[in-house]
Amino acid sequence: MTDLLNALILLANFVLVPALSYGSQLALGALGITLVYGVLRFSNFAHGDTMAFGAMATMLATWWLQSAGVGIAPLPTALLALPFGIAATALLCIGFDRAVYRYYRRRSSPPVVFVIASVGVMFMVNGIVRFVIGPDDRQFADGARFIMRARDFKEYTGLSEGLTIKVSQGMTIVIAAALVAALFWFLQRTRTGKAMRAFADNEELALLSGIDPGRVVMVTWTLVAALAAIAGTLYGLDKSFKPFTYFQLLLPMFAAAIVGGIGQPAGAIAGGFVIAFSEVTVTYAYKKFFAYLLPAAWEPQGLMQLLSTDYKFAVSFIILVVVLLVRPTGIFRGRTL
Amino acid sequence: MSRAALAFSLMAALLALVGVMQSWSLALAILNLCLISAVMSLGVNIQWGYAGLFNAGVMGFAALGGLAAVLVSSAPVAGAWQAGGARLLVAAGIFAATIAAALALRRRMPAGGARFAAVAAALFIGCVIARYFYAPATAAIEALNPAKHGNLGGLGLPVLFAWAAGGAFAAGAAWLVGKVALGLRSDYLAIATLGIAEIIVAVLKNEDWLARGVKNVTGLSRPVPYEVNLQQADWFVRRVESFNASELAALPSAERAAALQQLVIDYSSLFVKLCYAGLFAAVLAALLALSATALNSPWGRMMRAIRDNEISAGAMGKNITARHLQVFILGSAVIGIGGAMLTTLDGQFTPGTYHPLRFTFLIWVMVIVGGSGSNLGAVLGGFLVWFVWVEAEPAGLWLIDNLTAPFGENALRAHLMDNAQHMRLFLMGLVLLLVMRFSPGGILPETAGGGRAKKAGGKAGESPAAAGTKTKMPPPDSAARA
Repeated sequence: MTDLLNALILLANFVLVPALSYGSQLALGALGITLVYGVLRFSNFAHGDTMAFGAMATMLATWWLQSAGVGIAPLPTALLALPFGIAATALLCIGFDRAVYRYYRRRSSPPVVFVIASVGVMFMVNGIVRFVIGPDDRQFADGARFIMRARDFKEYTGLSEGLTIKVSQGMTIVIAAALVAALFWFLQRTRTGKAMRAFADNEELALLSGIDPGRVVMVTWTLVAALAAIAGTLYGLDKSFKPFTYFQLLLPMFAAAIVGGIGQPAGAIAGGFVIAFSEVTVTYAYKKFFAYLLPAAWEPQGLMQLLSTDYKFAVSFIILVVVLLVRPTGIFRGRTL
Repeated sequence: MSRAALAFSLMAALLALVGVMQSWSLALAILNLCLISAVMSLGVNIQWGYAGLFNAGVMGFAALGGLAAVLVSSAPVAGAWQAGGARLLVAAGIFAATIAAALALRRRMPAGGARFAAVAAALFIGCVIARYFYAPATAAIEALNPAKHGNLGGLGLPVLFAWAAGGAFAAGAAWLVGKVALGLRSDYLAIATLGIAEIIVAVLKNEDWLARGVKNVTGLSRPVPYEVNLQQADWFVRRVESFNASELAALPSAERAAALQQLVIDYSSLFVKLCYAGLFAAVLAALLALSATALNSPWGRMMRAIRDNEISAGAMGKNITARHLQVFILGSAVIGIGGAMLTTLDGQFTPGTYHPLRFTFLIWVMVIVGGSGSNLGAVLGGFLVWFVWVEAEPAGLWLIDNLTAPFGENALRAHLMDNAQHMRLFLMGLVLLLVMRFSPGGILPETAGGGRAKKAGGKAGESPAAAGTKTKMPPPDSAARA
């Protein structure tokens, strides 16, 4: 019995908790991609770098707050700095929309032109981030590190396996849940949210009903910026901040958005967790897990790892390919908000 | 003088300026990479300019070309095939059989949950069995003299064969990706290619038995002479002597021998670079001639018709997905050739250096800046953008150095000097956006049938009138097509 419990705690510690927090980060990122897709109708290649920018702005504000001696321990100071990061990212997004995307929107250019324009934006944002903060790893987490330590858990339960929950992980899950709830409330209940959905559903009809397209676009970019800044900051707090890793998040985030049904907020969340759980379960080494469950004689020799962690991108890609082959519209039959 | 001739003369003048101001060795080094970039951007232009396909995985196809250079030209590793070759082949056979079985199950069984489960189970079991052979085989290969080899080794053929092999490798990968992602929304191809490129590079970094992974394969054989051999070759020394006869004669006789030796060393390096430039230029010229012929043939007109209006081309009986697959494979093969050439020039294969901004999106900037749909434009874009990419670094450093110098040494100045190199990313994005906005045809716009370029759907800069031919949003059924 204790063996079974130990095995389950092992899985919870190395699979469930990391996948939940990583899934929340992916879900927030994929929500941003899906919002741009639903309302503005293009795949935003700059989204990963927008997240990096948001994290960077938050980090700068965090350092400023830290130097001023302001903090909200045990929570990280970055939480207090988030509004600054969101504001800076919103300015960046709206600025690029004004300078770049609006022109093509007015000319009704095909989506692929927007995609290429977003590549240009990606380059510029990437350049800004690297110029301001450099290409190296940065740590900006402070405050308490753990909600639950492995040692405390072992003492408390008497099991030989410990369960660790980091503050950054718990915070990620709580913030993501709150944010998603707020976003759904906004889209379903408020006038502006309904206008956004109408615009995404049928642009001509929305325009005829007197919906102001400029306002819808502006609100969308603000939401996207908030999601990107928060997702970027949470990811940076949980792992570490490095500009290039945000670019590499593009693939799992796109995969999450497509798996869930692109343009579907609920799908983006489901997709984020599908990708995160697949990635973590496939790259986890199950040797110890089976050692608990099986008799000693059957104990596995190898690591019992399906795929090395170096290939975690392959997981998102394979899921993406399977979805494209089997059900290209995604789980939630995508493309309305 | 035509616009193209003028643009290329200016480009030549820029390179000559580098030769005079910095050094000829540097100018030739830039020229060589310009030529390779031009080949890659030609490949992307075949996909984008002819067919409007967005390939975000240029990096992966270039890396496959590099892999081909290793597998074809590096010397065979003694004992590697004996150690694990047979088991590796068995594993490959089992994997192929697994795929075949999965496809057969998919075809035979009625659609539904049972089929999905059967296919998944077949794939899983097949992979587990294949791995049973694969893991010990690769371990055995990697254990062979790991400091020097630890990989399968190559065929030991002349490296020029590798360029063709690079094209074939990339074409194979393109076929796989194209089969899955073409015929769906245009963005799906972009995302699928982005993914396959990351995976290809991850495989090359981690599968040490294949090409030593991040331990790199160095000392690849060359298609041109080695500097050391040239310096000892009589004909070369005499040629250098006669070329610089007047300058040498002006020197006092005691210093003449030393001066000649230095000249021989300098000229040998220049000569090698010139040889590379000649080879690359020959490949580029051949590819350019082939693409120009293809674009002006009935096939090229069909491709442009498909690009400009898929619906009407489909109504004329053209198989759009098949043509897209064809052009996607062709373009990727050209990129693969470019990748093999790059590895040949470097003389080493370093999977850690493949970075998407440099190998995918920079190539895109080249195509858009040069002129999408125009072959000469893609070549010019390759030259110009690579030149700016290389020279922006010293130029940016110089600019920031001079701008901040009056304020003395402080932390901000040090920070700016450290990070100045990253500004070229910003610059590239800016150039891309400016060209798209204000000169959508690029520097050398596409000209079709002798008339003015007509830009329509799928091009970076179509006019609103032309965009009417294509629906603003993709028709919903294009996404629903399985």
